[in-house]
Amino acid sequence: MEKELWKGNEAIAEAAIRAGCKYFFGYPITPQTEVPEYLSLHLPEIGGCFLQAESEVAAINMVYGAGGCGVRVMTSSSSPGISLKQEGITYLCGSEVPCVIINVMRGGPGLGTIQPAQGDYYQATRGGGNGDYRTPVLAPANVQEAADFVRMAFDIADIYRNPVMVLADGMIGQMMEAVEWHDIEKRELPAKPWATTGTQGKREHNVINSLYIQPEPCAEHNEKLEKKYKLIEEKETRYEEIDAEGCEVLFTAYGTTSRVCRAAMKLLADEGIKAGLFRPITVWPFPYAQLKKAAAQNSVKAVVVAELSLGQMIDDVKIALEGSKPISFIGKAGGLVPTPREVADAAKKAIGR
Amino acid sequence: MAIVYQKSKGLTDKELHYCPGCTHGIVHKLVAETLEELGIIGTTIGVAPVGCSVFAYDYFSCDMHGAAHGRAPAVATGIKRVSPPGTTVFTYQGDGDLAAIGTAEIVQAAMRGEKITVIFINNAIYGMTGGQMAPTTLIGQKTTTSPLGRTKEHAGMPIKMCELLSTLDGCVYAERVCVTDIPNLNKAKKAIRKAFELQQQNAGLTFVEVLAACPTNWGKPPIKAVEWLKENMIPYYPLGVYKDSAEVK
Ligand SMILES: Cc1ncc(C[n+]2csc(CCOP(=O)(O)OP(=O)(O)O)c2C)c(N)n1
Ligand code: SF4
Repeated sequence: MEKELWKGNEAIAEAAIRAGCKYFFGYPITPQTEVPEYLSLHLPEIGGCFLQAESEVAAINMVYGAGGCGVRVMTSSSSPGISLKQEGITYLCGSEVPCVIINVMRGGPGLGTIQPAQGDYYQATRGGGNGDYRTPVLAPANVQEAADFVRMAFDIADIYRNPVMVLADGMIGQMMEAVEWHDIEKRELPAKPWATTGTQGKREHNVINSLYIQPEPCAEHNEKLEKKYKLIEEKETRYEEIDAEGCEVLFTAYGTTSRVCRAAMKLLADEGIKAGLFRPITVWPFPYAQLKKAAAQNSVKAVVVAELSLGQMIDDVKIALEGSKPISFIGKAGGLVPTPREVADAAKKAIGR
Repeated sequence: MAIVYQKSKGLTDKELHYCPGCTHGIVHKLVAETLEELGIIGTTIGVAPVGCSVFAYDYFSCDMHGAAHGRAPAVATGIKRVSPPGTTVFTYQGDGDLAAIGTAEIVQAAMRGEKITVIFINNAIYGMTGGQMAPTTLIGQKTTTSPLGRTKEHAGMPIKMCELLSTLDGCVYAERVCVTDIPNLNKAKKAIRKAFELQQQNAGLTFVEVLAACPTNWGKPPIKAVEWLKENMIPYYPLGVYKDSAEVK
């Protein structure tokens, strides 16, 4: 299959079209703006609709309306804009409306910077909106994965009736890499009898809603959602291990940072240190058991967590390891990316070399 | 036996939860009758707000969405933009919902000329949360968060949504009505019908503001509440057509 050179954000947008998404509602923000720009040109060509909303709050609520009608719909933004979408995300989860949300993360807090960061990990995996809810989060490490994960995200959203987030960062959004538009795994998708398509006088009315005013039904609703989240944990947890077998240092990193770790692994190999990588692909559900198993090898002296933040995913690593191995951290926040040398040195320090 | 009156098919059999003398129930009936008369119950999708009419999704027999507080016009935009041609979409919103937290959404939807109908219930107070000041609360009106009465110096003058929206090209029809007596009720029904008919012609956003009574939070018995509305609300919020830029074909 032919490879094509694609900019990350444009590949994300094209992947949505290839997934059968005809509707997009968004608001400009760097470094994700090429997503709406691309779709503003190409969605009308396929009889779809691109609409620039007045804010991220409005955009996510438009997504809520559209998704409730049963169509595939997407929105994208970057960190401050994702903060504004939190209200909509909790409503989407509470009402079980499928959609895809892209976050091309930048530095924070507040307006921060437009450079790449991974400071929205807590928000993405714990939820920045109110209530007990979960959104599956896929974290691509390159443009090919961004293109693949967007298409996978639409399927996961439809199968579980839940919003799904693709968590990229400014590096992946802005860089150009080779992309192959290969087929992704074909999954069986459920019908959407719940969608508000008009009763046509043939059925009871459908209601898209997250209000359960009495505590018992609300508790029941929460338990039903929890069952779904457990099923997602069981079926959709994804991760990758690279050279992890018999390694002395086990890096744990996702997205852009995992690539810095891979470069650091080469530097360490030159110095006779065997380092491996455990890369969560879904950061929710987090591959706790799989990470614990990889770290449990006798050869592993330390687990080194690398992030473009001051340490957020490290909490999940701690939960996974339950104190079984020493954990150390290397990270930068605010738009800087640690160099392979810095990451390699952090690893050496962790094992006392 | 001839049937002289029956409940509109636009309503479900769910019992309404509104207080005695509340305007919400009357306006529900007018909207439901209109959907039935136009034969569009099966092709209509409504959006309920957050406010006393939050359960409107249970009362209308067409497909319904509940929206977050103030976001109904954005939700309706999403619905309208992805639904097949001929789908009717309406929002039903209170004054806290539409004129405070949702001001951006209604103004921008009107600017875009979204082909939706907005039914706006202006009762000059936050009903659901127990009678706090709304942006529509009148000067001097006492609420639980303006216990000494609203003043212009502190809270500004009450917002007039019909007047505001009628300045926008995309809002093709804006009328303010009340339902305090039969002649006004008939006028309100006509306005609501026109708003839906214009939507069917893709004219733009259509807006009907209904001056409404909240006897419970105004602290008045229903009849006194209607008197208060007539004496105080109508002078500040004059009834009538504010915008009518599209013709009913
Ligand atoms: C984001 C958010 N803020 C506040 C509330 C609380 N709240 C519920 S209804 C309401 C006011 C509703 O007043 P109005 O729109 O005038 O409708 P009414 O109840 O008078 O019909 C408020 C503030 C909420 N549900 N969500
Ligand atoms: S509190 Fe006011 S607005 Fe709410 S139902 Fe009662 S009378 Fe109606």
